[in-house]
Amino acid sequence: MSGLPLKAILMLAWRNLWRNHRRTLIMLAAITVGVWAMIFMTALMRGMVDDMLLNGIRGLPGEVQIHHPDYRDDPNVNNSMPAPHDALLSAMRVPEVTAWTSRVRVPAVISSERDSRGVVLLGVEPQSEVKVSFDLETIIEGRFLEDSSDRGLVIGAKMADRLETDLGKRVVVMSQDPDNNIADRGFRIVGVYKAKLASLEETYIYGGRETVQKMLKLGNSVSEVAISGGDYRNVDRWLGGIQQAAGNDVETLPWYEIDTYLGSMLAMMDGFVLVWIIIVFLALSFGLVNTLVMAVFERVREIGLMQALGMRPSTILYQILMESLLLLLIGLALGNAIAVGTIIPLQGGIDISVVAEGMEMMGTSSMLYPALKLNDMILANLIVIILGLLTSILPAWRAASYNPIEALNKT
Amino acid sequence: MSSIVCKDLCKTFQQGEEIITGLDHVSIEIEAGDFVCLSGPSGSGKTTLLNAMGGLDTPDSGQIQVGDTRVDQLGKGPLADMRLHKIGFVFQAYNLIPVLTARENVEFVMQVRGEPAQERSHRSHDILKEVGLEGMEDRRPAQLSGGQQQRVAVARAIVSQPALVLADEPTANLDSVTATQLMDLFVELNQHHNITFVIATHDTRVMAYAKRLIKMRDGKIISDEKQQHPSTVVS
Ligand SMILES: Nc1ncnc2c1ncn2[C@@H]1O[C@H](COP(=O)(O)OP(=O)(O)O)[C@@H](O)[C@H]1O
Ligand SMILES: [Mg+2]
Repeated sequence: MSGLPLKAILMLAWRNLWRNHRRTLIMLAAITVGVWAMIFMTALMRGMVDDMLLNGIRGLPGEVQIHHPDYRDDPNVNNSMPAPHDALLSAMRVPEVTAWTSRVRVPAVISSERDSRGVVLLGVEPQSEVKVSFDLETIIEGRFLEDSSDRGLVIGAKMADRLETDLGKRVVVMSQDPDNNIADRGFRIVGVYKAKLASLEETYIYGGRETVQKMLKLGNSVSEVAISGGDYRNVDRWLGGIQQAAGNDVETLPWYEIDTYLGSMLAMMDGFVLVWIIIVFLALSFGLVNTLVMAVFERVREIGLMQALGMRPSTILYQILMESLLLLLIGLALGNAIAVGTIIPLQGGIDISVVAEGMEMMGTSSMLYPALKLNDMILANLIVIILGLLTSILPAWRAASYNPIEALNKT
Repeated sequence: MSSIVCKDLCKTFQQGEEIITGLDHVSIEIEAGDFVCLSGPSGSGKTTLLNAMGGLDTPDSGQIQVGDTRVDQLGKGPLADMRLHKIGFVFQAYNLIPVLTARENVEFVMQVRGEPAQERSHRSHDILKEVGLEGMEDRRPAQLSGGQQQRVAVARAIVSQPALVLADEPTANLDSVTATQLMDLFVELNQHHNITFVIATHDTRVMAYAKRLIKMRDGKIISDEKQQHPSTVVS
């Protein structure tokens, strides 16, 4: 750049910015609100999708699951796997893994004296199951299973309705053993749970793992090992170790490959955030361009003067861009501050139960927890600065290409 | 050595249907250290000629040489550099950057040239004092009268003692006392620093100072005479 040092350019830009207080303040307000909207809405959307994903993963459950290679295509009792061996057990002892459990999971039919329903029978280890997926607070009647040899059965409230049965009553659960014989067993209902999603209540029934293994003549085999690490986004950090330890005889998959719908939802969300940020920016950019065009237009004569005195056009361009950058940076600082300031008090959750009724099908619950992600903030800031400067090039270019004499004589 | 050589300059302007003659085959040589007045009625082409010499406007045809530089052959960037380093300008009307104070306006060109801060503040202080603006250094143009603004512009034009000063109606907005002071300053700079002055004016007070008086009309030079006894300052 010829001549003018950055300090002088900044000073000129700063003074020029405050020449028209009103216009600059309006533009600053627009940038601030725009940036706030970008970040705030993104946090809400992220919160919503996080919630859907978490519920979805909860319904799986376990962010990483190990199965017999054919189990996912045909979840029958023949596609079982042995209980975790020593290598896998020690691999699951890394700090990233917060909990794991193994379970039997087979299709079954449950019958009361009134009705029968197709369900998924889970044979679980209660102590570890509650750490991975089952929320004890959802038990509304009776209790959850006590240990893996518990002979009781826990079913959903909706299921109890459908079967017209109740706590303490007996039901029969029927499935197949590995020899394709009918395997059935009577259970007493010891607990009823209410799931966040009504559909889950009608799908899963819980029995003790050993009890179910005995019923199905499975020996020690289980259908799956489910492993949880706390944060579903960071699964890739510890997935590899587990995969290695589990070996090639089984299939070890992260949640986003088990449920590709959930996986693609996360990917879609990233795209959606980008589109949202750009849309807000487009709205902003009109104001920004307009402000700069006006600012340049008002200053035609002094821009001509600067050129006449020997300031190169590139320096003029640089100066106008700097003005735009200043405006953007102040707006960004305010916008970020306000966004953080409004999101943090809401971190405890926003009650959206009024509108949540209809959204339950989509997998959301009635509390919305805004999720402020550093990456989203960085993205919003980068987009505003980069696209902001790009849109400023046009008016700046116009200013730089004035003929100094014509510009000086403008009235 | 000649400071400025113009050969056969022509310039026309198109205004709607009409073609207006700005310069009509103007040839002129100005010696280094001369003190030249371009006079003539409004519209006679003084500003157009001054702009051509300063590389602010390109003539349709003809050659201009300032020092060793062929001004008519330079591109935009090098022209800007030539104006920056060799010429001091005083324009007819709009001279100052409104967001800068008097001192900052004077320092602006020095700053673009990359002169050190201490040197800048030292010289801008001296020159503002010399043009009689002591104590007003920190005022912005809007807080100065027309004459004061013009003096700031002059201070800026001469602060780095360029080889050539081109001034367009520098006294147009000045009362006669200030005008006289300004002309005295010009003459002094001309005499002591050998700065070449080319001043476009229709102010007879200014013409009296000229060593050489050129009269223009309709884009042509109609007379060109050396003055034997220009008004001078006794220093
Ligand atoms: N940009 C322009 N467009 C049209 N006509 C112009 C322009 N600049 C100067 N002229 C015309 O050229 C002639 C010479 O103008 P100028 O050099 O400004 O005269 P002076 O400075 O002696 O008053 C005038 O007739 C003026 O109207
Ligand atoms: Mg003129």
